[in-house]
Amino acid sequence: MVVNASQDDPEKARRFREAALPYLDDAYTLARYLLRDAADAEDAVQECYLRAYKHFDSYRGPAMKPWLFAILRNVCRAEYARRKTAPTAVEELPEGGEQTPLWNEAPETPEKQLLRRFDGETVRKLVAALAEPFRETFVLREIQNLSYREIADVAAVPVGTVMSRLARARAMLRSAWLAEQEQAK
Amino acid sequence: MTCEEAEVLIHALIDGELDAGHAREVEAHVEGCAHCAALMKEYQEIRQAIAESDLRYKAPLELRRKIEKSLPQPQAQAAPTRRSVLRGFALGSAVSAMAATGLVAIVLRNDDEQRIENEVVSAHLRSLQAGHLTDVISTDQHTVKPWFNGKLDVSPPVIDLTAQGFTLIGGRLDYVNAREIGAVVYKRRQHVINLFVAQTANTERKTAKISTLQGFNIRRWSDRGLNYWAVSDLGADELSEFGDKFEGAMRANKEG
Repeated sequence: MVVNASQDDPEKARRFREAALPYLDDAYTLARYLLRDAADAEDAVQECYLRAYKHFDSYRGPAMKPWLFAILRNVCRAEYARRKTAPTAVEELPEGGEQTPLWNEAPETPEKQLLRRFDGETVRKLVAALAEPFRETFVLREIQNLSYREIADVAAVPVGTVMSRLARARAMLRSAWLAEQEQAK
Repeated sequence: MTCEEAEVLIHALIDGELDAGHAREVEAHVEGCAHCAALMKEYQEIRQAIAESDLRYKAPLELRRKIEKSLPQPQAQAAPTRRSVLRGFALGSAVSAMAATGLVAIVLRNDDEQRIENEVVSAHLRSLQAGHLTDVISTDQHTVKPWFNGKLDVSPPVIDLTAQGFTLIGGRLDYVNAREIGAVVYKRRQHVINLFVAQTANTERKTAKISTLQGFNIRRWSDRGLNYWAVSDLGADELSEFGDKFEGAMRANKEG
């Protein structure tokens, strides 16, 4: 009913603003890490909020943040598809990639001394260099503080996959961290 | 438990995602395995370093504006009611003069005031998240005030109230009532005060009104074409004191 819709809209928009806009920085942060481009991230987040508003009537949970992230992730995947040349798109990763044993990733004996601390810019760079989908899992866990269950829902994979991806992500980050440390010496 | 299994499960252990039984198993393995113990220590250090680095990005204000614009606007602006139109007439030539100079006339209805107070409290809450409080950090009013120039259609008054017990800590652009608004940030002890300033077509002076919303106190007043909302978790008495000091200093500035 058009008449009702026009009366409901400001109220719906108000509820949507209150529920969804507080997560704008979170959504933008996720998009920045997924797309690794500021302008693309802005477009993706705007599209995400448009879609979220459109489907807000049927929103019954889960928590708003993972719900927005699931939408945003789909938008970003469409963007991957558009960038046909991107070699790291989720779809193109061979399934076997995740089963690579961890010890091939980080063969060095863990060092006794404390890990060197880097500035935020360097850490961002190390995280951004992680391959998809490990970067996605890592960012959802360490920067967005989602639980394994929520990450599984956002990425549409089983919890076990979240666990193995996160293990791989941290192993890769550790290798990159040690390499950066070596270089900085 | 093998090292292969442990190397996956130590992550779930670090993240507190294991049930008690599995957690004990992994802990038992780590205790007896120097390799896994050292790995786990490193992962914890990396995790700590990540938590302490600021890896988040702040959404550009332009993006917030675009999203706000794409949503249906509040009813009052979309379709003014008969009453608000009439009130517009009652304001008469002052409004026409301002409309002519390109100023935006906003006629507030009571329910709008309520809605805007809600938004102002939301903006206050947003500002309290890490890294969101200030876009320009300075205790110097001569740094904060010029920073707003060119960012808003009105330059909010920035007054140093340190001597009166309210420390100026900076300024920020925020978004209230579907438009950009200036926020001047003060602190008393550990309490943050956000002073939101927006232009209004109504130049009539309105005396202060204190209200409480979601546990926050709001002191609202209008003076010389500007609407003010001071929001804080400070008690109503101290927030009133802030407003009085601010208005007093404004009067002194005008006379001086």
